[in-house]
Amino acid sequence: MKLTMASSPHNHSHKNVSKLMLSVIAACIPGIIAQCYFFGFGVIVQLFIALISASVSEACMLKLRNRPIWPSLSDGSAWLTAVLLAVSIPPLAPWWVVVIGTIFAIAMVKQLYGGLGFNVFNPAMAAYVLLLISFPVQMTSWNAPTELLSQPISVADTLSLIFFAENGAGQSLISAMTSIDGTTMATPLDTVKTAVSQNLTVTEAMSGPQFGEYAGIGWMWVNLAFLAGGLFLLKTKVINWHIPVAMLSALAFCAAIGFIIAPGTHGGSIFHLLSGATMLGAFFIATDPVSASTTNRGRLIYGACIGVLVYVIRNYGGYPDAIAFAVLIMNMAVPLIDHYTQPRTYGHGAAK
Amino acid sequence: MDSLVEQIERGTLWQFPGGVHPPQQKSLSNQHPIARLPLPDKIVLPLKQHIGANGQLLVNKGDKVLKGQALTKPSANWSLPVHAPTSGEILDVTPAPSAHPSALPELSIIIIPDGEDKWCELHPIADLASLTHGQLIDVLHNAGIAGMGGAGFPTYIKADSHQPIEYLIVNGVECEPYITADDLLMQEHAKEIVQGIEVMQQLLKPKRVLVGIEDNKPQAVAAMKQACEHNDTILVRAIPTKYPSGGEKQLIRVLTSKEVPSGGIPADIGVLVQNVGTLFAVSEAVYKGKPLIERVVTVTGNTIHKAQNVWALIGTEIKHLLDCQGFTPVAEQRVVMGGPMMGFTLPTVRIPVVKTTNCILAPDNQELAQPGDEKACIRCSACADACPQTLLPQQLQWFAKAKDFDKLEEYNLFDCIECGACSYVCPSEIPLVQYYRVAKAEIREQKLDQIKAERAKERFEARKERLEREQQERQNRHKRSAVTAAKPDAEKAKVADALERVKQKQGDKSAVQAAIERAKAKKAADGSLEPDNSEVALERAKRKEQARLYKEQKQNTQDSEQTADDKKDAVAAAIARAKAKKAAQQAEQTAPDEQANLEDAKPDPRKAAVAAAIARAKAKKAAQQSDEPEASVEPSQAQTDEHSAPRKAAVAAAIARAKAKKAAKQAEEAPSDTNAEAEQAPSDANAEAEQTPTDEHSDPRKAAVAAAIARAKAKKAAKQTEEAPSDTNAEAEQAPSDANAEAEQTPTDEHSDPRKAAVAAAIARAKAKKAAKQAEENAQDADSAPAPTEQQKATDNNDTSDNAPLTPEQKRQAAIKAAVAKAKAKKQAKEQEGNDPS
Repeated sequence: MKLTMASSPHNHSHKNVSKLMLSVIAACIPGIIAQCYFFGFGVIVQLFIALISASVSEACMLKLRNRPIWPSLSDGSAWLTAVLLAVSIPPLAPWWVVVIGTIFAIAMVKQLYGGLGFNVFNPAMAAYVLLLISFPVQMTSWNAPTELLSQPISVADTLSLIFFAENGAGQSLISAMTSIDGTTMATPLDTVKTAVSQNLTVTEAMSGPQFGEYAGIGWMWVNLAFLAGGLFLLKTKVINWHIPVAMLSALAFCAAIGFIIAPGTHGGSIFHLLSGATMLGAFFIATDPVSASTTNRGRLIYGACIGVLVYVIRNYGGYPDAIAFAVLIMNMAVPLIDHYTQPRTYGHGAAK
Repeated sequence: MDSLVEQIERGTLWQFPGGVHPPQQKSLSNQHPIARLPLPDKIVLPLKQHIGANGQLLVNKGDKVLKGQALTKPSANWSLPVHAPTSGEILDVTPAPSAHPSALPELSIIIIPDGEDKWCELHPIADLASLTHGQLIDVLHNAGIAGMGGAGFPTYIKADSHQPIEYLIVNGVECEPYITADDLLMQEHAKEIVQGIEVMQQLLKPKRVLVGIEDNKPQAVAAMKQACEHNDTILVRAIPTKYPSGGEKQLIRVLTSKEVPSGGIPADIGVLVQNVGTLFAVSEAVYKGKPLIERVVTVTGNTIHKAQNVWALIGTEIKHLLDCQGFTPVAEQRVVMGGPMMGFTLPTVRIPVVKTTNCILAPDNQELAQPGDEKACIRCSACADACPQTLLPQQLQWFAKAKDFDKLEEYNLFDCIECGACSYVCPSEIPLVQYYRVAKAEIREQKLDQIKAERAKERFEARKERLEREQQERQNRHKRSAVTAAKPDAEKAKVADALERVKQKQGDKSAVQAAIERAKAKKAADGSLEPDNSEVALERAKRKEQARLYKEQKQNTQDSEQTADDKKDAVAAAIARAKAKKAAQQAEQTAPDEQANLEDAKPDPRKAAVAAAIARAKAKKAAQQSDEPEASVEPSQAQTDEHSAPRKAAVAAAIARAKAKKAAKQAEEAPSDTNAEAEQAPSDANAEAEQTPTDEHSDPRKAAVAAAIARAKAKKAAKQTEEAPSDTNAEAEQAPSDANAEAEQTPTDEHSDPRKAAVAAAIARAKAKKAAKQAEENAQDADSAPAPTEQQKATDNNDTSDNAPLTPEQKRQAAIKAAVAKAKAKKQAKEQEGNDPS
């Protein structure tokens, strides 16, 4: 009788990469819904554009690299990158912004380094930084939360703004927004930063209409939605707790110290935790396994350093938000961190 | 804080990191009692079923054996006997596929049962206390008991631990899914297991015995608790179900919080682990006198109709087990020996149950899916989270793929227990364990090579040291014997005469040679060592031409002559060449050059004779080197053979003298060769002079043998030299005959009959060297005899002479060294033969 030979173990947990990636995408859904609710349907349009460009660029690159297309495409990692980038950019940004970003993320940051598992940097964040530096105007033009608008932006206007850079009435995004409600379109973080630089206190800055009790209107809920998604990921053991916990505690700790020392010019812990992309970064961006540290102690260091960097850049850097920069900087430090955080193997050293 | 013992007493358990929870699947097979199988038609009993050596066979083909009769006798280092599992006749003793992933054949005893199942006489022990420690160990040894949990380590060795044992741990964990053999054994035979524990207690005197059983076996836990109620040093502990808590290191951690140091054994920390099956076998051996001839095997999987545990005789083929329990194979059927996590698939069902076989698993493709394709690692580190040894499997995988062995060791690859937890959780389905196995094997191999290389280096250095010492001794000797050095000039004169004749005869040869001859004559005339460059250039050009012709010729005749004649040609050419060299050297030596004196002048008369003969041998070697450059290895080995007590040189010299005469004749027969070599000779002389000391001190017996061989070949050579004169020239050009350079040439690929070639070449080379030198000496002596004082001065610096007497102590040492060296050379030759890819 002919028997099949195989190497042990002969059993498998049935976990696979596709399932992992898809569950991370699923965990983004609450955050996406919150974004839709507060900032309009733009994010959905951006998502579709991103998913299509990601699939096409991934397929093309695999073809160029002579790799089988479907096995790699179906692992879902390109789609996850697309989703993360789409939720990071302003919902009404022109279509080519997200296209350029996605192609850069997939083709340059991921595939040119050797594909999934070999990229040094987080593809979505590398693309975000590219876009932020190259197209600062488009990338910082967040529309105001829908509830502040006298009349919500219609689906037709959304599409028109994204694809033709003007709404049905022929107004550009900026003039359209200004004409609607006259508020600035800066994000809460941006507003606070500008206010502080004009010698206003944080409290004064936060007295504006786009702020709620703790943070920007809408932003707080978007962050809480991503937190919920993140907790789901922790619960299903898709991610480990080390990075998000370390990052959030480091950020909260720094914010608390800053607030105690100079409450006038520094936002508090809750403001920082619920502003910008904090929760998205902590649970979805920094936990990208490929570009993060791989040891548990290393993850604590990695997460904490991101938290500190985020705070430093938010307060003293040139950009309002800092998740992308902090993550990229720490990506570079990962090999070093990994090297020095090798765990103690059984039977080595300080055993009792 | 309580002491460790107190914590253990209280039932504290510890955690080990990592671990996985694969589906248990134990209820498939633990619902039925252990069954007895009908006798198989055939028993295949491998001699080696454990870690350690085979026993010695006690039986022969055709013998009738009784059940329980020892078939092998344990010899030294960790060997265990095997016993006949049933009565019957020995059909054969032959290699048969082994219970190993490779199924490589292992020497096995094939028994055809006679159906009577008749026991031999048993010797149960009534009173345990009456036995000494040693006697009890012998009982375990003779019963052939090896660890039945997996590794098959001889139990008597463990039981005889010289380190104090604090805790004896009884492993009833059985953490592998599917397997229930220990579970059922504990349920049905708890009493015997506890008896086995008590035997071990008597042997090891541990403070406490800890029985670890996973909490998914409540019946087994209850049975064991009940069985050891009377003995309060035995503590039964139900431990949380988590794979691989049954791993020795993990179980020790769980029960005692201790960790076995890396590279160490549990006994280092006062712990010893025994499997419940082993302890059952111990009790059977001691209290019933039964050797280990059967064990419980779980036969399970969805393709088995009646999955359950069975008592299987050691040596029963897996096929018999499957047939008895009913088996419907599926497509791509796998049959695993062991569990789904660490077991290995069998290539055939015609493989016997051995002492370590605890499970035969025949799954279908739903319960244990076929492995999918390996995908890219996403560095999720799920493997690190699952690793019970706290390794970084993901990093190890990268290093293993890159074959970065240093990094692998830095990341503690060898602490991997191959439990398979990492592969089990890997979302990319990377066969991590397989990578580690391969890497481990490669590292082991590399280390073996390193050890070999180091040994070789040690040998080399020892030799160098010895040579220096001998040189020192020789120099001292020379000082003493310098006074008598000038005496045997008459002999040298004879050699010189012979040389003269050679030169005269050369005159008859072709124009080329005539030209060369003229050059020689000139040199001789003005007594200068300086070669005439124009002449030399001419010679070289001609030699090249001849070489080319020869090559062509050889090409043409190759087919017909290849098998037999090639070698002869080579030998012949070589001999010719050596002679040529010698002659050339002699010619050169006529002029006393300061350096030549230092290196070459040898006033010792006896050597003169030896020299010529040896030259021939050397020539042969040279030929082999140039024709078959592979053969050139041997010289280095040969050198080690050749040194020995100095008095032997005298014997050799006598033999050699005879050869010298012949050599002289042969030299005449190959005049053209002589000239061809002339140009290179000076450099050769220098190069070889440095090596000569090593070769000087010949073993007399060998020298004699060699001389005989050389003589025979010389005759042949003489004939053949004439047949292939250009050959020599060709070689002269091709082989710059720097002995060192050649000796370093590849030791690996030898064409034909490498051992013989090695020996021959070795002998030849040694002699050749002597010859070359002594030929030079000859010439020099002849010419410079009138100025003995100068020679004596030279002799003081000379490192080649070998005749001064040694002290008896030194002689003895030298003899021993020679013997050792010979043995090594032989071994090396053999190894080369083994390594020879052709």
